Amino acid sequence: MSVDRKTVAKIASLARISMSEEELDTMVPELNNILNWVEQLGEVDVSGVEPMTAVIPQRLRLREDEMNADPLTGGGVRDKVLANAPAAEHGFFAVPKVIE
Amino acid sequence: MTDLTQLGVKAIRDGVASGDFTAREVAEGFNANVAAAQGALNAFIVATPERALEAADKVDADRAAGKPLGKMAGVPIGMKDLFATRGVQTTAASHMLEGFTPEYESTVSAKLWEAGAGMLGKLNLDQFAMGSSNETSHFGNVVNPWRRSGGNAQMAPGGSSGGSSAAVAARLAPAATGTDTGGSIRQPAAFTGITGIKPTYGRCSRWGIVAFASSLDQAGPMARDVTDCAIMLEAMAGFDPKDSTSLDLPVPEWEKHLDADLKGKRVGIPREYRMDGMDADVAESWDRGAQWLKDAGAEVVEISLPHTKYALPAYYIIAPAEASSNLARYDGVRYGLRELPEKANLQDMYAATRAEGFGAEVKRRILIGTYVLSAGFYDAYYTQAQKVRTLIARDFELAFAQCDVILAPTAPTAAFALGEKTDDPLSMYLNDVFAVPASLAGLPAMSVPAGLNRDGLPLGLQIIGRTFDEQGVLNAGLAIEQRAGFTARPDTWW
Repeated sequence: MSVDRKTVAKIASLARISMSEEELDTMVPELNNILNWVEQLGEVDVSGVEPMTAVIPQRLRLREDEMNADPLTGGGVRDKVLANAPAAEHGFFAVPKVIE
Repeated sequence: MTDLTQLGVKAIRDGVASGDFTAREVAEGFNANVAAAQGALNAFIVATPERALEAADKVDADRAAGKPLGKMAGVPIGMKDLFATRGVQTTAASHMLEGFTPEYESTVSAKLWEAGAGMLGKLNLDQFAMGSSNETSHFGNVVNPWRRSGGNAQMAPGGSSGGSSAAVAARLAPAATGTDTGGSIRQPAAFTGITGIKPTYGRCSRWGIVAFASSLDQAGPMARDVTDCAIMLEAMAGFDPKDSTSLDLPVPEWEKHLDADLKGKRVGIPREYRMDGMDADVAESWDRGAQWLKDAGAEVVEISLPHTKYALPAYYIIAPAEASSNLARYDGVRYGLRELPEKANLQDMYAATRAEGFGAEVKRRILIGTYVLSAGFYDAYYTQAQKVRTLIARDFELAFAQCDVILAPTAPTAAFALGEKTDDPLSMYLNDVFAVPASLAGLPAMSVPAGLNRDGLPLGLQIIGRTFDEQGVLNAGLAIEQRAGFTARPDTWW
């Protein structure tokens, strides 16, 4: 299966990456090269094979429903959470206006 | 006085503990090497000499006060810039995270500091750990301290942990952290004549490591020899409730149980790894490695890993798929870069930010990942790849009924020159052909130096072990190390 320019533009838009015409020009053959190569997986007989979900079988753990069980992932650290934000106002992340 | 920067982890730890020298003297020595090599090798994104000294002073004070010292006491290390370090910029070598200063410390780095290690700086890498040559870094590529004999072309240090490998090989650090998603510890270790181990998936917590492909990412040590790796891995590993895939198992005493006597052990040689047109020096070094393990008492048996050929294409579906999800977090809102063109709305801001913040290889992988996960293609690509992954893990399971460890080359060639493979992403990917299968199966695997090729460049041998059997891997690695007698060093041209 190969992708055309329109498909790549669509994927880029799904991935929220804006791409210039020139970038699309180089990306189309590169992606096709890679996709043609991974195509060979189709020849593997996988009948009766379950897709892998975990390399080491593990049960998901539950923890006590306690907010600050681990202070590193607990609450009450608003300013630390906001410290690296490109824009923060009034204790919130700030983004361009989304409601007219 | 001896040059303390010639010492490895064990020698430094023991020397500091016995008072032969102070941790401060060690840190000062390595700080000086880091500063002197930065212009030529570009191994560090930021140097943190004050952190190294601060940690060293604490160790010296603890020793003077008669307090017990940690496993890594007095050892300054390099930290791959994929680990979040509180108060020190953490970039994943990307423009996206340039200036990002975490408010928290990754579990692995925190454990190392608790064990008495100090930080020399944050090491350069391929952007978001995506690459095999360090050429995708936003901060310029690292240069391998090794050159072909008689030549002065700049060689790739391997990737993605290329800053780590170059720093250890050039004696800028006795050891460094690495992370391995599809070979990113082992291949750079092989390219620079050092030792590195990727433990079983889940041994080291992923918490605080910038995520690439979460089902594959695993941290590990890169150092000068097997013993140093064993010591450092003990300090890095351990259960962490903050990582849902962390192994809830005690950390074995790997250093204490190192034993190069392989009597009664069987070493598997996978038939499918001997590929047509294999590099003659690599093939020869592999044969020599098998002989060394025989000399150590092991029995060598041929094994089959029939799905080997499909490991790399499966990896290049699974890893980009996970990456495209993981990297969705970079949206210009919570941290990192924001590009806000004139009159842009929120969606425009996302797209502009991601266009500006990600390099070409990262974009390529995000697009592949987005495509293989998209409606209509998910089963044909992603589900198929995950099924093939099951088959690859099963291959290993069956093989380990016949052998205890597997011996293979680490990479298909020695280091290549910078720029040699940048025009063809696929040829770059093929470099990880021997490393990726163990990653897909979550197995412990290490690279140890095995000698030099005809151009005077280091070659590595890879040992793959059963799940949880880092000890078996380290022991076989030690047997090779003792017989390889690898003492070659790059000329100090930098």
